[in-house]
Order: sequence, then C-alpha cells, then structure tokens
Amino acid sequence: MASNPDTKIQGGLLGWVDARFPLSQMWNEHLAQYYAPKNFNFWYFFGSLALLVLVIQIVSGIFLTMFYKPDAELAFASVEYIMRDVEWGWLIRYMHSTGASMFFVVVYLHMFRALLYGSYKKPRELIWIFGVLIYLVLMAEAFAGYLLPWGQMSYWGAQVIVNLFQTIPYIGPDLVTWIRGDFLLSDATLNRFFALHVIALPLVLIMLVAAHIIALHEVGSNNPDGINIKENKDENGIPKDGIPFHPYYSVKDLVGVGVFLMVFAVIMFFFPTGGGLFLKPDNMIPADPLVTPDLIPPVWYFTSMYSVLRSVPDPFLGVVAMGLAVVMLFFIPWLDRNPVLSMRYRSFAAKFNLAVFVVAFVILGWLGLQQATTEVSEMSLRFSTVYFAFFFLLWFLSKERSAVFSLIAFAVVVGIYTIYDILRFDPSDASLIMWSWLIPTVYLFVTMVAPAFARGLGRDRAVPERVTS
Amino acid sequence: MANQGVNRGRRRFLVAATSVVGGAGVAAVAAPFLASLQPSARAQAAGAPVEFDVSAVEPGQRVSVEWRGQPIWVVRRTEEMIAGLSEVTDRLRDPESEVESQQPEYAQNEHRSRNPEFLVVIGICTHLGCSPTYRPEIGDPEMGSDWQGGWLCGCHGSRFDLAGRVYRNMPAATNLVIPRHMYRTDTLLVIGEDEDGEAI
Repeated sequence: MASNPDTKIQGGLLGWVDARFPLSQMWNEHLAQYYAPKNFNFWYFFGSLALLVLVIQIVSGIFLTMFYKPDAELAFASVEYIMRDVEWGWLIRYMHSTGASMFFVVVYLHMFRALLYGSYKKPRELIWIFGVLIYLVLMAEAFAGYLLPWGQMSYWGAQVIVNLFQTIPYIGPDLVTWIRGDFLLSDATLNRFFALHVIALPLVLIMLVAAHIIALHEVGSNNPDGINIKENKDENGIPKDGIPFHPYYSVKDLVGVGVFLMVFAVIMFFFPTGGGLFLKPDNMIPADPLVTPDLIPPVWYFTSMYSVLRSVPDPFLGVVAMGLAVVMLFFIPWLDRNPVLSMRYRSFAAKFNLAVFVVAFVILGWLGLQQATTEVSEMSLRFSTVYFAFFFLLWFLSKERSAVFSLIAFAVVVGIYTIYDILRFDPSDASLIMWSWLIPTVYLFVTMVAPAFARGLGRDRAVPERVTS
Repeated sequence: MANQGVNRGRRRFLVAATSVVGGAGVAAVAAPFLASLQPSARAQAAGAPVEFDVSAVEPGQRVSVEWRGQPIWVVRRTEEMIAGLSEVTDRLRDPESEVESQQPEYAQNEHRSRNPEFLVVIGICTHLGCSPTYRPEIGDPEMGSDWQGGWLCGCHGSRFDLAGRVYRNMPAATNLVIPRHMYRTDTLLVIGEDEDGEAI
C-alpha cells in the first residue's frame, strides 16, 4: 500500500504542486487510498455511470448551445438546423436526448440499489438526502430542457406542469404569471428556461454531486451485505474487507462503462426516439398555443409521479400528492428504523414490500402514459395507495410487531381508503372499485397481518461479521 | 485599541446589527431580480381586444379566434344543442354558474352567453390549461348515449357541456372561463372589451 507519509517533500513537478495544492492527498483520499468493500456487485456500477452520463450531457449540451437559438420564433427551426445542416449535429442532439433518458434509467437503478442494501441508513443519511436533492434538480433540469425544442409536446407539457402551480390557493395565478413571465407560455418563458437549463441548474447539480461524493467518502461505501467494513481493520488501520478504489474499482467500473456505452450507442444510432418514449412524434410539430395534441403524456421518467397527480380528483390535492410522492423519499432514513441494512438479511415481508413498491412504481409509470379512462384513473389510485403505503410499511417493519398491533394497524390503514371508496362509490363502476380494492389490501395483508401469525415471514436473519464474497 | 477584555454584549450587538443590515441589503438586491421575471411592459401591452364577425359561423360550428395568445371559441349552437343544455343540469358541478370569477355578470345564465345562439368562451381547460377537444355530436358513442355535445379534455379527461360547464367528479373544478365581450353591431363580436371597458 502506498501509505507514504512523506509525499510532501517529494521533488519534481508533483512535489512543487503538492507544496501548494493537496493534489496527491486528494488523489489518495478519494481514489488510491479510498478503501471500498471488496464485495461490490452489479448494482454498484450505476453511481459511476451517473457521473459518466453527467459528463456526456455537459459536453453534448455545450455543443448544442453553440447552434441553438432560445427564441420562440427561431427555436424550432434551429433544432431542425442542428439535425439537418450542422455537421454531425444529429449525433450531438441524439446523444443529448438519449443521455437525458439514460440519466434517469441509471439514477433510478442507483436509487433502487440504495433501497436494496439500506445505503440510506445511519451513517449515510446525508448521502441519501443529497441524492434525493440531485434527483429533484435533475427533474427540473430535464423539464426545462424539454421545453427548448419548442415543439407541440414541449409547449403543452410545459403548459400542464407550469399550471400545476396555479392550483395553489390564493397566490397560484400570480405565481404562474411570474414563472412564465407572460400571460401565456411564450418567448419570455423559453428564454428563462434556457437560462435555467444551461447554467443555473447544472451548476447546482454539479455542486450537489460533489457534496454527495464527499459525504460518501467521509463515511465509506455500503455493500451488498450491509456490513460496516471499518469495524474490522488490520494492524495498519486498513479495513480487512476493503480494497483501494483505484485500481480495483476504477478498472471494474471501466467494464461497466464499456457495456453501458454499447447500450447507449445502440439507442442513439438505431432507436433515438425510443419508440416515442424518449422523443415524441408530436414534438416534430412547432408549438401552437391554439391547438392541444390529443394526448399529452410527460416523458417516461415523470409518468409515475404524474399518475399520482391524476389519481386525485381535486387539482390542488393532486399536486400535493405528487409533491408528497417525491418528498417522502427524504424521510426514508428516519422511517426505516430497522438495524439490518441489506435486504439479504431482511425478512420476507420487507423484501416483498420493496418488490411491490418497484412493481407499483413501474405500473404507475405505464399508467401515466395512457389516456385518462375510468380504468386508468382507478388503477392509478390503487397503485398510488400502494406507493404511499410502502413508506408506512418501512416504518411498520422496523421491528417485529405484536399480533394485536398488526391487526389494528392493518384495520386502520385499510379503513382509511375503504372509507374514501364508500364516499366516492359510483354504482356504474361498482365491480371495478370492488375488485381493485383487493390490490392494496392483499399487499397490506401479506406485509402486515401474515407476519403476525406466520412469524417466519417477518423475522430478519442474522448478519455475518464479515462480508460474504 | 486596548487588547484586554472583550465586551461580549457589544460584540453580540454588532454581529446582530451587521446581520440585519446585510440581510436587508440582500433582500433589496434580490427584489429587482425577482421583479424582472414579471411580464414585461411589452407583454402587458400586447393584450388589445380583437373583433370577429360571427355571421360567418355555420350552425353547430366552432371557430377558434386568437386573443392574448389564447384560443377563444365561438360556437353557433343549433336549436337542438340549446335544448340539450337543460338536460344535463343535474350532472353538472356548477350548473347556475355561481363561481363569479368564471364569467362576467351578463353570462351568468344557463347558456352562459349574451345571445343563446352564440357561445364565446376561452378554450383552455380550467384544470391544467390544455385545450379541450370539441365533441358536438349528440349521443356520440365514445362519450356515452346521454352525451348532449360539449368538450373533452384529452389531458386529464375533464368534460364540459356546450355552455362550457364542467361535469361533476372531473379533474377540472370550475366551468370554462367566459371572456369579457360584447357585440358592436348585431354580428360584430368584440373579445376583450365590453361596456365597462377593456378586460384587465
């Protein structure tokens, strides 16, 4: 191990720099002497991949800015110009649009990893908080960027999202005018969204990413076993289960980068529109404030939250529910008080809870792309219920609960939405309301009631001393 | 400058006073930046009234007119359509147009217009601002056999009748907005202006 404490008196250029700037020290702290657990698996690729996509977006974005015109009269045509006349312009733009979707793919998988191995738990709460903030800023960044081509989808998608603020009591309408800078979505809006997209939000994003990584390197990485490797050090103070990030994980991550770039290239060259998921056909029509397209689904990475919005009949409460769907993420470290980090050693009920959450998130995402029929609204409501119940379950499964407490809690939770069902009961949708009632109820039964009687279902396993592989 | 002793009371006072003055400075600097995001003088000036000759509209037809960048629909309702307005009353959220912000006084009636034949309405859904689709056909199979004609918002499924009144249990909670308007002659419609002057 290169634990040479005398780096400071080294000669040469490096020595000169080190006497003035902690270059070697930073290299060691963050790479060469940063000890990461030796048992990282597939799921640990996505952090470094997110960083890679950030670089791709910044580089391709800088070049797009050189050709794009943030003007309602010229924007659409300038994007067409990039696609047709600028040399390799189509590649740079498709790289940027593919990168946007891949950013969310990677970030969602990265967040799932954190839920899977308890990476949000003590002492990594702040890493998680920074991560959720990154997710929030990323959504704002993607939203602002989506307006820039000034196509029909850009325009009407932004119209719907900006108007969400209109539902806020009292200040709503004035607030929306202030956001738009006009009485309708117009050139003023496009200009400010451009400013946010190319400078304000990326700056915040980069600073948050730095905070995320600094916090990570302060407390050390989690691993698939959820074991703190710093509790088992050798005589030199180096974790026995740790290996230096560089070269071991830098090389491993390169393999991930290679595979990822292959997937990225296939999408970019052969399926840049992602079958209408990444780039929508309606966006090839210039924005027209007088004509709304038939269906305005948001881009796929927003559709889960959008379904939550649509499941609530009241406009303002819908917005509150959607906001809450994101804000709840911040509270996860304090909701889940179970000392076992990794799902490997958690109970069946806990695993089932996470699995259902993932399924609900995906189904909500699919529903958000559909026309709002009665069936779609009903399913959105049921899976939104499941989505929020997941957070309650994180708390509920923090420890083994008594049979009485389990039954009472189950009755209360099921009672809440059943009362709502009775209040909104509509005879013409009776069978739909009744059978879909089973969706959250079966889920809650398996996670709350079943473990109270079949104790094995709710019992966590012993966590080993050392990492397992 | 004596070095002995620190007057903690004075130090606390100075820190507090500096913070307050500094905070006020930050707020004063923030104000112009935040205010710059308001609609500019040019945007505010671009809202003049528009004129439209309604005699060109066929019975049952809907025409879109642009006013302040918004679609304004002018619909010439047929006898049958006007008769349909009273059949849907019990399925509407606000059949009497009691929410005052949604129309001028002279449009607070069943047909929500000055002249029962012509409806003049802002074609923007009161939910989240999409422009709903015109579904004039009575008994349109896609809309249900009791459909009396109206609008369906493709974004979130809100339904409106042919007077722009919203149905019950829809994402939109209020009727479509009727802009201030008047007839300069029998057929010359002015949108954005009435006897009380120009719309704000």
